[in-house]
Amino acid sequence: MASDDIWILGIAMTKFGKHSDKDIVDLGSEAAIAALADAGVTMADIGILAAGNLMGAGAGFGQQLQKQIGQTGIPVYNVANACATGATALRTAIMAVKSGEVRMGLAVGAEKLSGAGLLGGGGTSKKDGNKFEPRGRFGSVLPTDGRIGTDTMPGTFAQVGMEYGHKYGGVSFELFAKISEKNHAHSVLNPMAAYQKRFTLDEIMNDMMIAYPNTRPMCSANCDGAAAAVVTSGEVLRTLSKEQQRRAIKVSASVLTTDPYEEACQILPDVNTLTRNAAKIAYEQAGVSPSDLDLVELHDCFATAELVHYDNLMLCPEGGAVDFFMSGATWRDGSMPVNVSGGLESKGHPIAATGIANIWEVCHHLRNEAGDRQIKDAKVGLAHVIGLGSACGIHILERSGL
Amino acid sequence: MTKTIPHVDYLELGDKPHLVANECTSCGARFFDRRNACAKCFKNDFKKVAISTDGILKSFTIVAFAAPGVPVPFVAGIIDCGGTSVRGNVVNTEPSPEKVTLGMKLRLTTFSIGTDEEGTEAIGFGFEPA
Repeated sequence: MASDDIWILGIAMTKFGKHSDKDIVDLGSEAAIAALADAGVTMADIGILAAGNLMGAGAGFGQQLQKQIGQTGIPVYNVANACATGATALRTAIMAVKSGEVRMGLAVGAEKLSGAGLLGGGGTSKKDGNKFEPRGRFGSVLPTDGRIGTDTMPGTFAQVGMEYGHKYGGVSFELFAKISEKNHAHSVLNPMAAYQKRFTLDEIMNDMMIAYPNTRPMCSANCDGAAAAVVTSGEVLRTLSKEQQRRAIKVSASVLTTDPYEEACQILPDVNTLTRNAAKIAYEQAGVSPSDLDLVELHDCFATAELVHYDNLMLCPEGGAVDFFMSGATWRDGSMPVNVSGGLESKGHPIAATGIANIWEVCHHLRNEAGDRQIKDAKVGLAHVIGLGSACGIHILERSGL
Repeated sequence: MTKTIPHVDYLELGDKPHLVANECTSCGARFFDRRNACAKCFKNDFKKVAISTDGILKSFTIVAFAAPGVPVPFVAGIIDCGGTSVRGNVVNTEPSPEKVTLGMKLRLTTFSIGTDEEGTEAIGFGFEPA
C-alpha cells in the first residue's frame, strides 16, 4: 500500500428508523463509538472530527458529540451540505489525513427526521390582504411556491426524471414505479433498513400520490439514524495489525463537486452535470471504469432520481438509462447491482447520515460481511450522494486484497 | 381602474404581458432574479430582454401534496420559451397525465391572484395549452 493512500479503518451505522428515545448526540455517539471499535482505535488516536447534522446546523453538533465520546481538544469541523452532508464530513476528514496534518480522522453524520413530513415547500408567510410589497430576489408580492412551479423535494425530483424523459423518451409512471419496486425488494435483506417491506408494482402505483409520478413509496423515507467512519493513511495502516489491514477498505477516489452553470440550472436544479463531473474525476482518480464496479449505492431520494443517475454515473450509454434498467441490470442479481441496501426509499434518509451510511453498505460487501445480501466476491464499489443546491459526493472503494 | 402589481418583478404587464430576463451583455446567459454578477462568466453588466410567450413543456410534475396553504393538485412545469427555460404552472387544463404531456405547446397567460388592503390587484402568470 502506498503511503499516501487513504483507507477506511472502521465504519459503522445505527439501524435507521424511529429512535424516539435517543437524541442526535445519542445516535452520533452510537455510530462513532462503534466505528472506533470497528477500527480498533480510540478517541486518543483521532486528530480531527468532522461532524454533520443538517437540521441542527449551527448548534455545534461536533462539540456536543465530543462531550459524550471524548474531549481530547482536537479540531472539530461542523459541516452542512444538504443531503451531501455526510459525504462532506468524510471528505473533510480525508483531506486532513491526505494533507499530512493528522494520522487519523473521524467523520460522523447524524439526523433525526422521523415525522418531518414534506421537505422543501413552504411560504404562506405573506397573508393576502396586507399591502403588496415586492420582496426578495424575484421582487415577489406573494409566495411563489405552488404559484410559479414547486419548491417541494418530491416535485423537484419528479421534474428531474420527467426532463430525462423529454430528452431521451421512454419514461412512464410505471417505469419509475418499477425502480421503486426493485429497491423495496432489496430492502427485505437489510436489517438496518427503516422499512423492509416488499411492495407489488400495483401497490406502489396505487399508493398516495405525492408529486406525479412519485407516489409515497417512491419517495425517500424520513427517519432517524447515524453513521461514522475512521480514516487513515497507508503509511499509518502499515504500522497496524494484519487484521486491521485486512479489513481496511481503500478509498480509491473521494470527490466533491457543485453544479456548474448550465442553461436552466437556476430554473430546475441541475443534478446531472455535477454528478457526471464528479464521476469522471472519481473514475480517473481510482483508475477504474464503470464496468469494474461490483455494486453501486446511488442517491435515490426519489425513484425519478435513480434513473438519471444510471446515466450520470455512466453505468449505461448516454440516453440509455431506461433500457439499462429494463434489462434487469440494476437488480441485485443483475450485472450492475444498484442500491442493494434498499436505497433511500426503504433503508431511509436521515440526511446527514446518508453520505456515510451508503459507504458503510459498500464496505460491508467489500469486507464480505454483508450476510444474506452479500454481493458475491465484491471488490470495487461506488457510493454517490446529491445535496440539492447542489453538492455531489462520490467515493470509490476497494477491498484491501490482503 | 384597479391598480395592479405583478406577482414577480420579471413579469411585465400591459397590453401584451410577457416575462423579462436579465441578460448578461458579455455571454448572453439569462436570469430572472436580481443579480450580483453573471454565474456563467462573472461579468456584471446586464440588459433587459423580453422572453417569448410561446413555449413547449420540457418537464412537469403534478403536485398532489404541498405545504399548507398551497392549493393542490397543480401542475408545475419547466417551459422552453424559445431557448430560455422558464418555471411556471400549467393552467387552464385538467391536472392529469392524460391532459398534460411532455412536449406540449403552451402560451403565457395572466390572471388575478389576490388583492391587498389598498385594493391593489396582484397579477400572476402561468402557461396554458396553445
